[in-house]
Amino acid sequence: MQRIGVFICWCGSNIAATVDVERVAAAIKAEPGVVFSADYQYMCSENGQQLIKNAIKEHSLTGVVIGSCSPRMHEATFRKAAASAGLNPYMVEIANLREQCSWIHKEKEEATEKALVLVRTAIAKVRLNAPLTEGESPVIKRALVIGGGIAGIQAALDIAEAGYPVDIVEKNATIGGRMAQLDKTFPTLDCSACILTPKMVDCAQNEKIDILSYSEVEDVKGFVGNFTVKIRRKARYVDETKCTGCKICMTKCPSKKGLDEFNMKLNTRTAIHIPFAQAIPNVAVIDPEQCIKLKTGKCGICQKFCGAGAIDYTMKDSFVERQYGAIVVATGFKPINIDAFNEYGYNDNADVVTSLELERLMNAAGPTNGVLLRPSDKTHPKVITFIQCVGSRDVSGCGKPYCSKICCMYTAKHAMLIREKYPDTEVHVFYIDVRTPGKNYDEFYRRAVEQYDVDYIKGMVGKVYNENGKLMVQGSDLLNNEQIVIPSDLVVLATAIEPEPSVRKIATLLTASIDTNNFLNESHPKLRPVESPTAGVFLAGVCQGPKDIPETVSQASACAAKVIGLLAKDKLKTNPCVAHPNEMMCNGCSQCADVCAYGAITYVDKEFRLGGGKTEVRRVASVNPAVCQGCGACTVTCPSGAMDLSGFSSKQIMSEVEAICKK
Amino acid sequence: MQEVNKEFTPNIVAFCCNWCSYAGADLAGSSRLSYPANVKIVRVPCSCRVNPMFVLKAFQQGADGVILCGCHPGDCHYVTGNYYTRRRMALLFSFLNYMGIEKERTRVEWVSAAEGARFSAVMNDFVAQVTALGENKRLQDLRVKEE
Amino acid sequence: MSELENKIIQRAAALLTEGKVKRVVGWRKGEFIHDPSPATFETADSLKEFVYNDYCGANLSKYLVDISKKEGMTAVFLKPCDSYSFNQLIKEHRIKRENVYVIGVECQGKLAQYKLEEKGISGITAEAYDGENVVLDTLYGKETVKKSDALLDRCFSCKGKKHVVADETIVLGEPVDTTVGGRFDKVRELEAMTEEERFSFWQGQLSKCIRCNACRNVCPACSCLKCVFDNPQSGVAAKSNADSFEEQLFHIIRAFHVSGRCTDCGECSRVCPQHIPLHLLNRKFIKDIDALYGEFQAGEADEGKTPLTSYTEGDTEPNQVFNATEEK
Repeated sequence: MQRIGVFICWCGSNIAATVDVERVAAAIKAEPGVVFSADYQYMCSENGQQLIKNAIKEHSLTGVVIGSCSPRMHEATFRKAAASAGLNPYMVEIANLREQCSWIHKEKEEATEKALVLVRTAIAKVRLNAPLTEGESPVIKRALVIGGGIAGIQAALDIAEAGYPVDIVEKNATIGGRMAQLDKTFPTLDCSACILTPKMVDCAQNEKIDILSYSEVEDVKGFVGNFTVKIRRKARYVDETKCTGCKICMTKCPSKKGLDEFNMKLNTRTAIHIPFAQAIPNVAVIDPEQCIKLKTGKCGICQKFCGAGAIDYTMKDSFVERQYGAIVVATGFKPINIDAFNEYGYNDNADVVTSLELERLMNAAGPTNGVLLRPSDKTHPKVITFIQCVGSRDVSGCGKPYCSKICCMYTAKHAMLIREKYPDTEVHVFYIDVRTPGKNYDEFYRRAVEQYDVDYIKGMVGKVYNENGKLMVQGSDLLNNEQIVIPSDLVVLATAIEPEPSVRKIATLLTASIDTNNFLNESHPKLRPVESPTAGVFLAGVCQGPKDIPETVSQASACAAKVIGLLAKDKLKTNPCVAHPNEMMCNGCSQCADVCAYGAITYVDKEFRLGGGKTEVRRVASVNPAVCQGCGACTVTCPSGAMDLSGFSSKQIMSEVEAICKK
Repeated sequence: MQEVNKEFTPNIVAFCCNWCSYAGADLAGSSRLSYPANVKIVRVPCSCRVNPMFVLKAFQQGADGVILCGCHPGDCHYVTGNYYTRRRMALLFSFLNYMGIEKERTRVEWVSAAEGARFSAVMNDFVAQVTALGENKRLQDLRVKEE
Repeated sequence: MSELENKIIQRAAALLTEGKVKRVVGWRKGEFIHDPSPATFETADSLKEFVYNDYCGANLSKYLVDISKKEGMTAVFLKPCDSYSFNQLIKEHRIKRENVYVIGVECQGKLAQYKLEEKGISGITAEAYDGENVVLDTLYGKETVKKSDALLDRCFSCKGKKHVVADETIVLGEPVDTTVGGRFDKVRELEAMTEEERFSFWQGQLSKCIRCNACRNVCPACSCLKCVFDNPQSGVAAKSNADSFEEQLFHIIRAFHVSGRCTDCGECSRVCPQHIPLHLLNRKFIKDIDALYGEFQAGEADEGKTPLTSYTEGDTEPNQVFNATEEK
């Protein structure tokens, strides 16, 4: 039997004015198990706490009930007081006599009766309390960043700056991501490569950063502070440690018909190639689908010419396994596939291009060396029509329901750059709404309209068709209330963006939750926007939601701050109010794992003694207390009742219910 | 309708999640927004901790109404907990009604930590609803009454 | 012996003698035709006791929970509807699939012995078909019954004649449609009553319950190592004879626990000695799930989440659920 002490707080007159605290303290003495009961003006005061501590010692209390303000206010205070008197802090329960009793009731008799019930309910619970201890788990002081775009680069640089080692895993042959493909950036119109490539070089040169390019995350085990990650290093057929990036192989390779992914497949490249001039690492990679040697066994020219002896046709995928304390997901985006939007004629006309293709067509390092030539006949387009919201804000099912956020701004940028460089060009923009929230953003858009005379037309485009070599853009002009047709030489589609599809696999591996559009969910949309619900996993960039470069960089730095905060700890304290299965009752049915938002539940095959020298191996649930957040979703899913929650056990809750209902 | 049951004050068990609804109840208190004293709150970490067994236990022990409060869908402290609550309780309460239990005796409400006024309003409304209905006789354990 | 039964026994014998399996789970002859019981056979010789007839309604899948843990392969005969239960148990990791060889067997609808008993027919020694009728030789003379009058209730809402899991099948005849009316007709009928009427209906039914646990023991979804109702730690283990509540609590919680997992195999109602229509409890959950969250057949797949372990952001609110289910 427990020895319970009950302490009723007056809270000055806050409680005492409506609840007869002395009567409550006196009446409760008669409750089974209660060996001490007292009331006091301010329990939370120094003297009040001393009263509790003394009683714990003098009466050898094993459980404490405090009738006071809300546990959300002072539960921690009283737990601490109990602990300092040698009682396990989780043997303290609070009866909420202020917010949920004295403050809402006016009649003293009624409030006193209710207070008695609330105190008895807390006693019923504390009788079933068990001492709990906070767990500890070590922190591995190394971070993993998945994705080497601007988000991953920024996060890695910031984490490394704080002194922690960090690995970047990038699935492509170079880091840089989408930003490397851009020509200029809004709203300042500075050259993307000029601001990005120095950061890429910083990564390469930082001794705390290890870049694992052409690699993918294969498996993730463990939990916050202690992840074990298996990484596949895809065979690039070029020894990274030997290749000097001299590019002689590229001039000799006879297989020249591969489509250049970096230039949005607008031109060709050789089978062995370096994706772009400033690639990091500056190391060649062989496209196995295209390499004559790898396909037929005959060729080997690059190997013959490689002075460094870096070419190795026998290379196979290899695996490395590393441990990390924290993981940043920065997997980025891709433009959506616009095959479903036949009305814009993208697949039928070479001169209907996406915005990202236009970036390459305008870039000095692009397929046209920065001279704007239309793909079909390499002539200067004189009339260019932009169509915004291609697949964005689309609830038809063909596109995406959300706003891709960056298109309004980059379209204004494109329009302005074209008008600046080729003043004889006529530029039209079809839009639904122009959205320009952001510092200097609306000013930027206004410049396009007012200074550069870009023709903005509010309305959607019905179709684009080819008539005698002209692209006829037929749309509605809502402000003038008329249907218009604009004969154009080039049509640019501001294509919606979506999370890079590989994020699905990564989310599954990390048990990080993902929304219906494949964006990773944050732990709280307002207050924990860079943390995934899975502890130790952080989100940077478009993988979490559409955003532009400044926002991405801010989020990446925020992620880094969170990672640094985590890695700075030697040990993590874990909440002891977590789920735990009774293995003797667990069926191993997996339903609990299905509802766990944190991936805290795994299954193990365990041997059990059956008696008579016999044993049986059974699959049983195992909860990782460092990962479990203690919500209890699993406890209700478990039909056998094997899963229970410390601090809020089924028996505790049922005894509270019983105490409340007792008449 | 309250006149009919003037003598009767129902016993209401309210399960409130720690992060939103319990805080909402606290806010009702600190804003001095009253609701009847026969509502007693059981604090749970998340509405998804509430087992149908607890609801039945309450009725068995003589509760006249049971209400579950959680964070608004999409705002769950534990990300998805209340989505499971929503399905479980939708099915359970529909089922109890199928067994002949008055549907007015069970309710689920989403109350945020900022909605003290709503908490009070919801409780006043629920108590009035159950009072109008009268005593729960269908799911009560007779032994409990004898005690 | 029917051609089908002969084929089944021959196949079982071959598997045992070839040593492909260590044991076969099937049905053993009783004293009469109408009382076979589930059994394990370990030798070809013992198969002379094997039977497969119109009264082999028993769903054998749950036995595999224990048997599949034994050493060596086990062959089991499953009717189409049984295969759903088997699949559901695979999904819940309760059966060691690699230790089981599943033989799907033909089913043209099974007969309910208790329905014959209600007609005063017992002691059946031989059975023959005459069109839609079954002609029975009994110890007390010849009896003729319309087959549809003697079918198990579950056959009226047959899920079809396809096995959702089988390593091989033994199917000879063309499938016969045994469905009558809609699966949820009776549930709708109850829903249309007043609360008061529903309450007296269920109180009338459940007060008959003697807590023999037959429904639980036969139910393939009730496969817990230890049932909460048998666990003194759970706080709900006590039985009582004081009132009806304990029975209601038991049946409500049982229905909730199997919701989203119950394949609607109907074994609960088949074995209930008090003939309580227990399947109507489970069907209410199934009907609501179908109406609110999209049609779902437990056991159709051997992996994936159930409606209760998944959600959508726009799910119906519990307070609106009464209207929502009534509309559909």
